Amino acid sequence: MSAFLAVVQRDLRLALRQGSDAALVVAFFVLAVVLFPFGVGPEPQLLARIAAGVVWVTALLAALLSLDRLFQLDYEDGSLEALALTPLSLEALVLAKCLAHWLTTGLPLVLAAPVLAALLQLEGEGYLPLVLAMGLGTPSLSLVGAVGAALTLGARRAGVLLSLLVLPLYIPVLIFGVAAVDQAVAGISILPHLSILAAFLLAALPLAPLAAAAALRSALE
Amino acid sequence: MHRFANPARFMRLSERLMPWCTAGAVGFLAVGFYLALFVAPPDYQQGEAVRIMFVHVPAAWMASFAYLFMAVASAVALIWRHPLADLAAQAAAPLGAGFTLICLVTGSLWGQPMWGTWWVWDARLTSVLVLFFLYLGYIALVHAFDDPTRGARAGAVLALVGAVNLPIIKFSVDWWNTLHQPASVFRIGGPTIDRAMLVPLLVMAVGFTLYFAALLMLRIRTAILESRLRAARLGEVEIGAETVAGPAQ
Amino acid sequence: MMDFLAMGGYARFVWPAYGVAVLVLALMAIVSFRSWRHRQRLWSEISTTRRR
Repeated sequence: MSAFLAVVQRDLRLALRQGSDAALVVAFFVLAVVLFPFGVGPEPQLLARIAAGVVWVTALLAALLSLDRLFQLDYEDGSLEALALTPLSLEALVLAKCLAHWLTTGLPLVLAAPVLAALLQLEGEGYLPLVLAMGLGTPSLSLVGAVGAALTLGARRAGVLLSLLVLPLYIPVLIFGVAAVDQAVAGISILPHLSILAAFLLAALPLAPLAAAAALRSALE
Repeated sequence: MHRFANPARFMRLSERLMPWCTAGAVGFLAVGFYLALFVAPPDYQQGEAVRIMFVHVPAAWMASFAYLFMAVASAVALIWRHPLADLAAQAAAPLGAGFTLICLVTGSLWGQPMWGTWWVWDARLTSVLVLFFLYLGYIALVHAFDDPTRGARAGAVLALVGAVNLPIIKFSVDWWNTLHQPASVFRIGGPTIDRAMLVPLLVMAVGFTLYFAALLMLRIRTAILESRLRAARLGEVEIGAETVAGPAQ
Repeated sequence: MMDFLAMGGYARFVWPAYGVAVLVLALMAIVSFRSWRHRQRLWSEISTTRRR
């Protein structure tokens, strides 16, 4: 357990020292969302209709930005190999890195989302559901993204390839995440949607590290 | 298991099986197309447009079946390190992508006259589109590495991760209210489709399957031959180097 | 004959559908076969050079 926390701490320290990751991700998030009123016009009703979808899609894209570096830097300077040799299992290592990734990119997105939704005139009933749904969904994005990052480690055009592989796998989270907000605004119970998002997360928690570790092993051979 | 691990044995086996599969594929497809276009009756609701079903449905079955094959081969490759398993998975991928493309395009052409729209984002269509992206992603990933073993291993993991999409495709029409119709052949309680339409459908399905088997064998044979060529070229380079440097002293 | 081609008014859906299916099936077969034949030729070249 302490080894696990040590990895989380290490990654957090590295991220904070660079400082740029979280800031860049949130900056992209804000800029991308702000483009939409310019693109589709400032009419409040239209913006409110698309608010949930726009916030979710741009959050997805923003989360992708930092993924290809999840393992890349450690792989290049040899620290991944060193970490693999520690008694901490590769699966636990992946989980630790995902947690750190979520804390530095997912969580800021969740906190920024209501502000951006307000810019898009999202109606009042949607804000809490948005935060809840993104809170449940963004960890899944980190986990599934980690699988993609591990698979494309050392590949040609890894960044683009990562996006191509991971975006189709993100679609279920996107569908239910947006539906949760839209249904809440319509006054319908969103418990089923939140349950499904929770189910994805519970499924991803054991499975994603398994797959990512298998991919990492192949990269380290 | 290890008896089939021998590439030479596979070459011999496939050399004997392929002509039968090819002949069978041509035969069943020819009969299938004939039945579909000339013999099957028009539907009382959909008219002649129902004939699209005879290419759309077998293509859809094969799209999922090819991915299942790819996933199983990938599992075998990862767990038992079977040398032919990776080749089999990679051989199946382009074929699966082709079937999925046929399924999507013919489905769209069927949907426009029937539902009034070329596309709808219901669970069945969306999950089949995701399947198509998974095939393309798999092919891209396998070819993205200089080291082919690395590419094969990464592809195998991706194939298994994407396999969660298969039950979603199959049961999407049961779990959600979809525009796409529910299952009418593979269901508990037997098919609900009329016999006059079931027969051409099954003939086409057998034809598509034999086609897949034949091309799969051909592509695996090609991959085995490719590895032999590579080994032979390496051998020649070594022999050439020895000649240049003079015989080993 | 014209009735058959007209497909009860659905011709512009049915024929492209069959066309795409046949096209994709044919293309996959042709590409696979040519890939095989190319390597087979290379292999026979190498085997004859070695026998010399």
